[in-house]
Amino acid sequence: MTKSLTRRNFIKGAGALTAIATVPISMVELVFADSSLNFTFAHISDSHIQQIKGTKFVRNWDRGLIRAVAETNLLNPKPDFVIYGGDLAQLGGKAELDRGAEIMSALNYKIYYSMGEHDYYEDLGEYWSKLFGKHYYSFDHKGVHFVVLNSILTYDEWTYDRWPTGKRRMLEMAMIDNPNGSPFMVGKKQRDWLRQDLANINKSTPLVVISHSPLQKIWRGWNFWTEDAEEVQALLKPFKKTTVIYGHVHQIQYNQIGNISFHAVMATAWPWPYPATYSQAEQYLPKITVPMNRADAFHERDGTGWQFVNMTNGNIDLHYTLYDNDRRIVAFNTITGQPEDMGYQAENKRIPPQSHY
Amino acid sequence: MKRIKRQRLGAIMLVIVMLPCWVIPAMADEFTQEDLTRWGSEYMTVVKQGRKVFTDGKLGTNGVSCGQCHPNASNTHPETYPKFQKQLGEVVAIWEMINWCIRNPLEGKDLAADDPRMTALQTYISHERRGVKLEPGKH
Repeated sequence: MTKSLTRRNFIKGAGALTAIATVPISMVELVFADSSLNFTFAHISDSHIQQIKGTKFVRNWDRGLIRAVAETNLLNPKPDFVIYGGDLAQLGGKAELDRGAEIMSALNYKIYYSMGEHDYYEDLGEYWSKLFGKHYYSFDHKGVHFVVLNSILTYDEWTYDRWPTGKRRMLEMAMIDNPNGSPFMVGKKQRDWLRQDLANINKSTPLVVISHSPLQKIWRGWNFWTEDAEEVQALLKPFKKTTVIYGHVHQIQYNQIGNISFHAVMATAWPWPYPATYSQAEQYLPKITVPMNRADAFHERDGTGWQFVNMTNGNIDLHYTLYDNDRRIVAFNTITGQPEDMGYQAENKRIPPQSHY
Repeated sequence: MKRIKRQRLGAIMLVIVMLPCWVIPAMADEFTQEDLTRWGSEYMTVVKQGRKVFTDGKLGTNGVSCGQCHPNASNTHPETYPKFQKQLGEVVAIWEMINWCIRNPLEGKDLAADDPRMTALQTYISHERRGVKLEPGKH
């Protein structure tokens, strides 16, 4: 099996971004791939636009999203579309969603939005729908079937009966280490829809599932978790090439469960520590994940970024565009049958900042 | 006989000398299970106050809370302080790093080192890190 390594300048910078233009991004293409079916898309997630009061918003989170939008617009070749991975807002109010939508409106591409818990729990996604449309849907692009799920639902009792106001419900769900929170799920109604949606799709069609929650069980304490993950995975199992891309965790994670590849994405707002660093908890992280670097708080954008995704022959290479670190590429290795970090996967390639404690 | 008398006298003297210990409570090393319970609950009260200060978004001016980036106070590493904080260029105690976070991501003003909120913050983050061995200086 041969691989060719092509180097291309993927970002043509201008003005303040000229420094980026000098950084070549290595692309991996498989020589046997039908290159006419290859395409790229960008993925931006977890911006947590946060209103202080009136027209004042938290500058730090604003800047993260503004930068992602500016850099995505400079991609060359241009991506076919952009996916937004959820948590555009911090507390889901109209002002925050409006401001997020306004910043996103500077993008020159079609955008597919997915729902995060921070967008949802104030009014159960009502205003979000007005701006962005359906909570879950599917579409086809160049021979790949894309499914966008609303995977941050939870038990009905928690959603409808427990809290006096939507605002309170939102605050309870917003704090990830809150013992009053509730585990994410896709839910039966949406799983039934997914079963129907996938029924007519040829099982050799590459499948990409966009989700905010991980669709696997990593750690329940911070909702790095999907309660009905096994049921959802069972629906994806018949497909030969399946990839799940999820937000929420604000960190590099990747995994392979059977035929399903899992990739987490970075936030544009702030990074989260790995669950393993909470000393009072059991430690869980997919074994194959090489962690991101420990963030340096003194560099405001460190540990944040956005992604572009190279869809090659039905599998993905996910390129983490990190603002204050070297880029990281996690690509599907057809020999080992799992996603792997192109630079650091081997034990002897790891560097000290990747140790978290 | 004489020896026994002397011993008895000694015992009486000892009782007289020790008497104040029984009369005055809470001399050094004289504490009860009740004391231990009370001290533990005083400590837990401050842990709870600390979690509130850490999570309620009122410490700075922009509504951002410490807990947004540090769920369960993880990645704060109180067990590694004092240490050389490379970004400050010197060895600092943890309260100085806490103030850095208050000034920057939280856009607020420094707390005094003995401000009760500063004590509460340190109590909470140390509590979440209990059981981890001390490693001052570790990066």
